[in-house]
Amino acid sequence: MSQRKTKWDNVLIGTNMRKVEGLAKSTGRAVYTDDVTLPGMLHGKILRSPHPHARIVAIDTSRARALDGVHGVITGRDMPTTYGIIPWTPDEYPLCVDRVRYVGDGVAAVAAVDEDTALRALDLIDVEYEELPAFFDPHDALAADGRTPYVHDARKEGWNGNVTKMVHLEFGEVEQGLDDADVVVEGEYFFEGTTHAPIEPHCAIGQWDGVGRLTVWSATQVPHYLHRELARVLEIEQAQVRVIQPLVGGAFGGKSEPFDLEFCVGKLAMVTGRPVKILYTREEVFYAHRGRHPFHMRYRTGATRDGLLTSVDAKILLDGGAYASFGLVTTYYSGQLLCAPYAMPAYRFDSTRVYTNKPACGPKRGHGSVQPRFAFEVQIDKLAERVDLDPIEFRRRNFIGENTRTVNELRITSNGFLECLESVERASGWKEKFRRLPFGRGVGVAGSTYISGTNYPIYPNEMPQSAVQMQIDRSGRVAVFSGASEIGQGCDSVVAYIAAEELGVPLEWVRVLRGDTDFTPVDLGAYSSRVTFMLGNAAIDAATRLRRLVQDAVGKTWGVPPSEVLLAGGFAVWAPDTGRQMPIAEAFNLAEARHGTLGATGWYNTPKDVHGEYRGGTIGASPAYSFTAHVAEVEVDVDTGIVDVKKIWVAHDCGRALNPVLVQGQMEGSAYMGFAEAIMEEQVFKDADHGRAGLHNAPSLLDYRIPTSLDTPELEALIVESIDPEGPYGAKEAGEGPLHPSIPAIANAIYDAVGVRMDRLPFTPPAVWRAVEAARAGGTLRKPAAPASERATPVATAGQAVTAD
Amino acid sequence: MTAPKEIVRLDVNGDAQEVGAPGHFTLLETLRYVLGLTGTKQGCDKGDCGACTVIVDGVPTLSCITPVQEAVGCRVVTVEGLATALGPHPLQDEFDLNGAAQCGFCTPGILCSAVALLERNPAPSRESIREALAGNLCRCTGYSKIYDAVEAAAARLNGASAGGQGDQP
Repeated sequence: MSQRKTKWDNVLIGTNMRKVEGLAKSTGRAVYTDDVTLPGMLHGKILRSPHPHARIVAIDTSRARALDGVHGVITGRDMPTTYGIIPWTPDEYPLCVDRVRYVGDGVAAVAAVDEDTALRALDLIDVEYEELPAFFDPHDALAADGRTPYVHDARKEGWNGNVTKMVHLEFGEVEQGLDDADVVVEGEYFFEGTTHAPIEPHCAIGQWDGVGRLTVWSATQVPHYLHRELARVLEIEQAQVRVIQPLVGGAFGGKSEPFDLEFCVGKLAMVTGRPVKILYTREEVFYAHRGRHPFHMRYRTGATRDGLLTSVDAKILLDGGAYASFGLVTTYYSGQLLCAPYAMPAYRFDSTRVYTNKPACGPKRGHGSVQPRFAFEVQIDKLAERVDLDPIEFRRRNFIGENTRTVNELRITSNGFLECLESVERASGWKEKFRRLPFGRGVGVAGSTYISGTNYPIYPNEMPQSAVQMQIDRSGRVAVFSGASEIGQGCDSVVAYIAAEELGVPLEWVRVLRGDTDFTPVDLGAYSSRVTFMLGNAAIDAATRLRRLVQDAVGKTWGVPPSEVLLAGGFAVWAPDTGRQMPIAEAFNLAEARHGTLGATGWYNTPKDVHGEYRGGTIGASPAYSFTAHVAEVEVDVDTGIVDVKKIWVAHDCGRALNPVLVQGQMEGSAYMGFAEAIMEEQVFKDADHGRAGLHNAPSLLDYRIPTSLDTPELEALIVESIDPEGPYGAKEAGEGPLHPSIPAIANAIYDAVGVRMDRLPFTPPAVWRAVEAARAGGTLRKPAAPASERATPVATAGQAVTAD
Repeated sequence: MTAPKEIVRLDVNGDAQEVGAPGHFTLLETLRYVLGLTGTKQGCDKGDCGACTVIVDGVPTLSCITPVQEAVGCRVVTVEGLATALGPHPLQDEFDLNGAAQCGFCTPGILCSAVALLERNPAPSRESIREALAGNLCRCTGYSKIYDAVEAAAARLNGASAGGQGDQP
């Protein structure tokens, strides 16, 4: 990679380009899993538990089996192997064997000639349950003493079986730092759970060829992990399994582990000898969940009177739902990813994830770090006010810098956070607005960091994290075989851009062949914002190998050094005299004649020696970190509690924007999703006082309120490029980082507007109205005072400490 | 056994045809599972998300809550019917150029809502576009790029910048 081009040498990289599948998507030709129909295909359905916690006493499927049109019925006993995305916490069965743990847990599945018959068959399955007391509140789950069954059996005698994971890590002198601080802010925060709600419901199709090969099509973002787990649970060799991933209609973390339907279509196909499809209903998608954990958080944060952080102390309780999912990682991430972009001399976090009898939580865009970021950035806002500093200035003073280590020993390389702050400060007109807008209107700022993939894969191994195979031939076309997971973020396009850039062919000559474990090399999946960084480097590696063969052949033909042969714009060109050139296909002919059939693999693996030297120090370690700053402007109606978010300015250090229009799309989509979590969305469940305990409160896209075009604020994406030394062309992630500051920026803007702190999410009209009324009663409902530095330079609207009547 | 089928006469994308579909099928099920027109998507199957939007006699219509019988005698246009032999509809092209489709699952429905808008209002304001798309949930984009695409398509259709951005790779 020493011959990597610099930012200024690229032809395509850095320009706005089409996506390789863009027109297929806008003309209806794009194929998603439910668009696939196979001859003789059956339709499957899963019977789900009506109880949040119960023992399965008996299941009788005989009446269902006898129904005309039913070809197969399976129960948990047919697949009695536990699985889990994290190798250390395999705690779920494809279908429950002896216990159900949430309303919606699967207990049996049928395959029938059509959906209606399958549904009738479910009604004919008799399940006898023995109901058990259920845990809904994480505090109750944590306090449990075993007198009623835990959600999972305790792993050791005397342990609380409701605890998934406890992490306690301490760096530096935390108590000393708090003692030394001039100001200490303490706060309690609550982040309500939210779910991904991709518009495409989960869908899978299984096909068994009768002689030992299983093919599963699935709307998954982790075909490789699905491949492994299918083989393990269905007790066949991995080499017998093929996973095909059609285009995915949105995921956001919600399709990043195996789900019951994937095992069921596999098993039902093996049992019936027919292809079987299962498509979740929208209600099933809400119950499948794996979304953002509810977090109960307590922070103590200290700073000097000059506004320098001295110490941070966090205590967090994570409400995990019924299964572990990614929870072990979530528990670490709840603390590990907080240590930038601000330097903190001392830091401690104490995080505990507990099981409850609700759908399992998992990773949602900004896995595990969006919740603490909300709390911490509000803490910073409070500290800035206490030490009488503009909150942007406070953040600047604590900037951790580039090429440094965080207090928990994570390696920071490129860091464009200061440019992000400057960018949103300027674009939003911050200086004219902060503390100067009329009462009811306000601006807030927040910052954040996020990983560009993880240095250590989910299951320990030394193999490449990402790889591509590239092939060119005499026609001039480039074929790229990519195992990466296109979920709408544009990774199929990224490899095409790189192939076109490095091999000098027009973009439309590149074919990306993808999403099939039978002919693509392994890429671990679309999660933890790893894809552009890792796949991009793998693609550069493969393309560079091919480019050298072409340069060599052309150079020999021309009698010039290969390094003087450039491949660009559909031609091979001699650099010293660009008049000397040949069409790229001709150059490929020469290379094929000289070197034989032209193909190359390329791969990327993460540095394995870059992490913290302590237990857990590998978690959160990334080859590069992205940085983000937001400013949000809001209007708060104190009579109704309605918060109208007018605009969000999003500045994001993505390292290098390989295709700016796609990067902007990720930034805008992230800010939208954060806004939604701040103002509208909550994944909540009924308790015994409000209907049937454990039922989802609003399992539909009408009642679980995701923003429409009319709800969504104006969004302005401001790209910052820090040119990362290890990223492809300097690129880092852009898909998850830009979500983080949305929520605290809105919270801080509400404070600037009316002087009311919102420490619990979401900021719905009733919640805001109650907070406003409490402030009114306490006499604090007013525009907060500007920092001293601002008061010294009054402008026309300054100093309006308007008090509401 | 499977449900008995009935014959209905449909006009889909200009093709008048007789279709055998179970009597309780929706227009969406008929399009996707009988006619194989899988461009139209099912996101919720209850009229909440708008992914199934098609154009029925010029009006954006939720095909997942429209019984197939109600489409008899109407002109149905799906996402597959927007392009012509000359190429994609300018809005389809602008969706690609502007990054308006990320995962693409809501895209067919949004295209149908937006094409119907452009037919009744060739030069919509951003506010009109927002209102016209309020029944189509997009989970990826935050909608901004979709507005850009609709505005660019309107300009192209009105000849204001014919081919202006069409020369990008």
